[in-house]
Amino acid sequence: MFDKLLSVQNISVDYTSNSFLFPWEKNLTFRAVDNVSFDVLEGETLGMVGETGSGKSTIAKAIINILKISSGEIFFQNNQISNLNEKKIKKFRKEIQMIFQDPLASLNPRMNVGEIISEPLKTHNSKLSKNDINLQVKEIMENVGLLSNQINRYPHEFSGGQCQRIGIARSVILKPKLIICDEPVSSLDVSIQAQVINLLKELQKKYNLTYLFITHDLNIAKHMSDNIMVLQFGKMVEINKSNEVFNNPKEDYTKQLISSIPRIK
Amino acid sequence: MLSVKNLFVKFKTPEGVVRAVNNISFDLLKNQSLAIVGESGSGKTQLAFSILGLLDKNAESQGQINYQDKNLLNLDERSLNKIRTKKISIIFQDPMTSLNPYMKIKKQINEILIYHNSFTNEQATKESLRILDAVKIHDSRKTIDSYPHELSGGMRQRVMIAMSIICKPEIIIADEPTTSLDVTIQSQIMDLFNDIKKEFNSSIILITHNMGIIKNVCDNIMVMYGGKTMELGKTNEVFSNPLHPYTKGLLETVPSIDQEYKKLKTIKGNPINMISPPSGCIFRTRCPDPSHECLEGTSTNALIKIKADHWVDQCCVNCH
Repeated sequence: MFDKLLSVQNISVDYTSNSFLFPWEKNLTFRAVDNVSFDVLEGETLGMVGETGSGKSTIAKAIINILKISSGEIFFQNNQISNLNEKKIKKFRKEIQMIFQDPLASLNPRMNVGEIISEPLKTHNSKLSKNDINLQVKEIMENVGLLSNQINRYPHEFSGGQCQRIGIARSVILKPKLIICDEPVSSLDVSIQAQVINLLKELQKKYNLTYLFITHDLNIAKHMSDNIMVLQFGKMVEINKSNEVFNNPKEDYTKQLISSIPRIK
Repeated sequence: MLSVKNLFVKFKTPEGVVRAVNNISFDLLKNQSLAIVGESGSGKTQLAFSILGLLDKNAESQGQINYQDKNLLNLDERSLNKIRTKKISIIFQDPMTSLNPYMKIKKQINEILIYHNSFTNEQATKESLRILDAVKIHDSRKTIDSYPHELSGGMRQRVMIAMSIICKPEIIIADEPTTSLDVTIQSQIMDLFNDIKKEFNSSIILITHNMGIIKNVCDNIMVMYGGKTMELGKTNEVFSNPLHPYTKGLLETVPSIDQEYKKLKTIKGNPINMISPPSGCIFRTRCPDPSHECLEGTSTNALIKIKADHWVDQCCVNCH
């Protein structure tokens, strides 16, 4: 079961600012991710923690091929997937889905819930009949804790937590192998956070999902993850078993992060 | 210091009347800090805004907010401006959007001193540099000549804090000052608050939903839900002996790195719609075990005293 699902090897990502208005100016490059390598095993959760600007989201975008990487390689189930063209990547997009940070902004306001959740199905499996699609959408809605009679409503009619459930339904409907969660609970209220975290855990068991879980909340990272990777300024500081990282941090930066969490008890 | 009595805030919207704050009373003593917690939509921010007369035009407020023998709700804009920042200052939630992007930091801070203390520009700059050093901005001379977009989130929040303490106000209201910041910056800002409290003898009202911060900074805590107070008391007392199911829920839903993995407890349901709140007890739709009377919607919310410094909603006492 614990096979290597995703393997990221020595990737670096550069952002280049090429000035459109002043073409004679030198292009500035900024290295957002610098020589990062890690593996994600099937069925586990890898937590990615770090402060703003540490390159967490950049790595996520590189994996789903929204961004081109400057060096290194990314393997998914032993297939090279970095810097592929649109046509070739489509096959892998089916297996790698993403849950975004802002629940409302990541849903199209002009599409109703049924259309939003079924869109990945239509894109990747165009032979399905309308009836089949409808059934699958309703089933997934029940699984993420939405009512199936809400299928014709629009995103603005839902609360933040419900919107995030819609986002989660959209990402699980294709039964992907890997889901990248980019701060899925950071914009939710504390009581709703717990509901969504429990849901993600439940779905992981049910569909044998693998998560790459990005967060800056160390409490949540510890709660969700088997392994944890700490990033700082685009470089990897530490990667280890979650318990090890928190009980026995090796690097100063990790210690500093842990000591700055306000404690209740 | 500040005494809020039976405060109501209503908003007229096209969908109906939203009762954002419903009969809230509390006292803030000198050199004390009060935390207000609750989910979004529980009325915490509107409560803070009503103290400084910052409510929107469609709002209507009733009750008393007594400060120095004056009811702040009855003051006009001119007299409020004399109090704002000088006596009572506010730090807004979002450091990104609460500074004017067209003005250099210098002009924004100096403006306060020139208005309230009739400083000259040079005097004001000198004082501004001093206060920026006090909030631990490293290169204050460079910072004061920059525009807000040139600063990081933590720096902007420090500038906001500097602006709010520059006149040594008696009360500082901080509306989720650290929500959009990283943990390391967050702990630095919280240390800063503790220093300010000691140095200026100010009272602080801290609005947040991070229970960890409250534990470390605040003396008293007020838990709000649906515009009403659910529980009020000394922080240590409420944390060690929470009585209301909502307070218990808020304390239990947060995962902690100090505990081994277990399924998180949740508060069932969603925050209520404030246009059509449930009849009777406001919390009954999310209460884990409501009493018979509560389910019928005939119970009412009011605070009762349990101990010397611990009040809780009567409905919850009757239920459990």
